[in-house]
Amino acid sequence: MALTEQEILEGLGEIVDEVAGVPADQVTPDKTFVDDLDIDSLSMVEIAVAAQDKFGVEIPDDQLKDLKTVQDVIDYVRRAEVSA
Amino acid sequence: MRLTDGQAGARVLAFGGYQPARVVTNDELSQTVDTNDEWIRSRVGIESRRIAGPDESVADMAVQAGGKALAASGLSTSDVDLVIVATCTPEVQIPNTAATVAKRLGIVAPGAYDMNAACAGFCYALANAADAVRTGTAKNVLVIGAEKLSQWIDWTDRSTCIIFADGAGAAVVSPVADPGDAPGVGPVYWGSDGGLADKIFIKDRDSFIFQEGQAVFRWATSALAPIALKACEKAGVEPTELAAFIPHQANLRIVEAIARKIGAPQAVVAQDIVNAGNTSSASIPLALSRMIERGEIASGSKALLLGFGAGMCYAAQVITVP
Repeated sequence: MALTEQEILEGLGEIVDEVAGVPADQVTPDKTFVDDLDIDSLSMVEIAVAAQDKFGVEIPDDQLKDLKTVQDVIDYVRRAEVSA
Repeated sequence: MRLTDGQAGARVLAFGGYQPARVVTNDELSQTVDTNDEWIRSRVGIESRRIAGPDESVADMAVQAGGKALAASGLSTSDVDLVIVATCTPEVQIPNTAATVAKRLGIVAPGAYDMNAACAGFCYALANAADAVRTGTAKNVLVIGAEKLSQWIDWTDRSTCIIFADGAGAAVVSPVADPGDAPGVGPVYWGSDGGLADKIFIKDRDSFIFQEGQAVFRWATSALAPIALKACEKAGVEPTELAAFIPHQANLRIVEAIARKIGAPQAVVAQDIVNAGNTSSASIPLALSRMIERGEIASGSKALLLGFGAGMCYAAQVITVP
C-alpha cells in the first residue's frame, strides 16, 4: 500500500535527523534543504540513499538536484510509488 | 606430488607508516585553485596532506614504512620470504616495486610482486599474505601499501587536488604463535563492480586522475556498510565487539556515513584523513600504525578494515590488533 504524505514526511524527518543532525520536527514540507535546513549536496546524496532503503524509491543524482524542498521529495516518492 | 605444511592461522605482528615531510595546507591550495579551507574541511574533512618531494619515489616511501614495520615486528630480514606492494602509482611498469623495495631493505630473494586494487589494495594484499602464511607458501610476509598520487594530480582540478596525497603503510604477517591460538587475520570478504569503472580512472600515462565524486560518494555510502558487516559475519565477530573501525580514508564524510551504519558503538573510527589526505592503498596501514602509536587501540582487540576504490574493488577483514 502506498505511503501517505504524513508517513513520508515522518520518515524523511528521521532520515534528515540521522544524516545531518537536523531535528525531525524542523523538517516540514515548505522547508528548502539547502537554505532552510543547511544541508549540502553530499548530505542530499545520503538522504537519497536512506530514502531508497526506507521507501524503496530510487532517486538518481540527476533527479536529486531538482528536489529543492521537503515537499518536492514527498511528491517524488509518491509519484514513484504510483508508477511502480 | 607433495604440498607444503600449512599453519593454523595468520596474524599481523606489527604495522609501520611513513608520510613525506612536506605539509600542504588547504590555504596553500586555495592560492592556486578556487577553493577554501572551510569548504574542503566540510566536504572532505581534510585539514592538511603530505606530498612527496620531486625525487622521492613510491619505492622510497615503501622502504620507509616497510622498514618500520619490520623493526617493530622483531623479525630479521632473513625471516621474510614474500614481499607484496599494493600500489596503483608505481614509477615504472617493470620492474615491479616489491623486488626493489625488498633489495633495499636487505631481504634476500623473497617472492615479490606488486598488485593493483586501487584504494582497496592493502586489504587485498593482506588477504593474499594471510593465505600464503596459512598454506605454508610463505613463512613471513611484508605487506606494503605505497602511493605517490601527487604525480597523477592535475593541480588545477579542485575536485581531486584537495583530496589525494602521498604516503605508505606496512604490515608484517606471520603465523599465529601457537597452533591453538585464534587466527589474527580473519577471512576476507571481497569483490568488485567493473560496471562503475568510469567513476575513478587514469586514462593513460599522460593523463591525470579523474573522479566523479558524487557517484563515488553514493556508491560508498550505500554499498559498503553491508560489505563491512559481511566480513564480521565471516569472522564470527559481532560489530559490538569491535574496538576499532579503519575504513580506507577516502573522505571523512564517507568514513562517518559507513561508521554510523555498521553498529559498532565501542569502535574508535579512524580519521587519519584529516592530516594525511587520501593516500589510496597506504591509508589503512598508515592510519593503523598511527592509532597504535598514539595508544588509541589496545593490543589484542579486534579491528575491522575496509578497503574500497577504483574499479569499485572492495575488501574487508577483521584483524587482531598487534
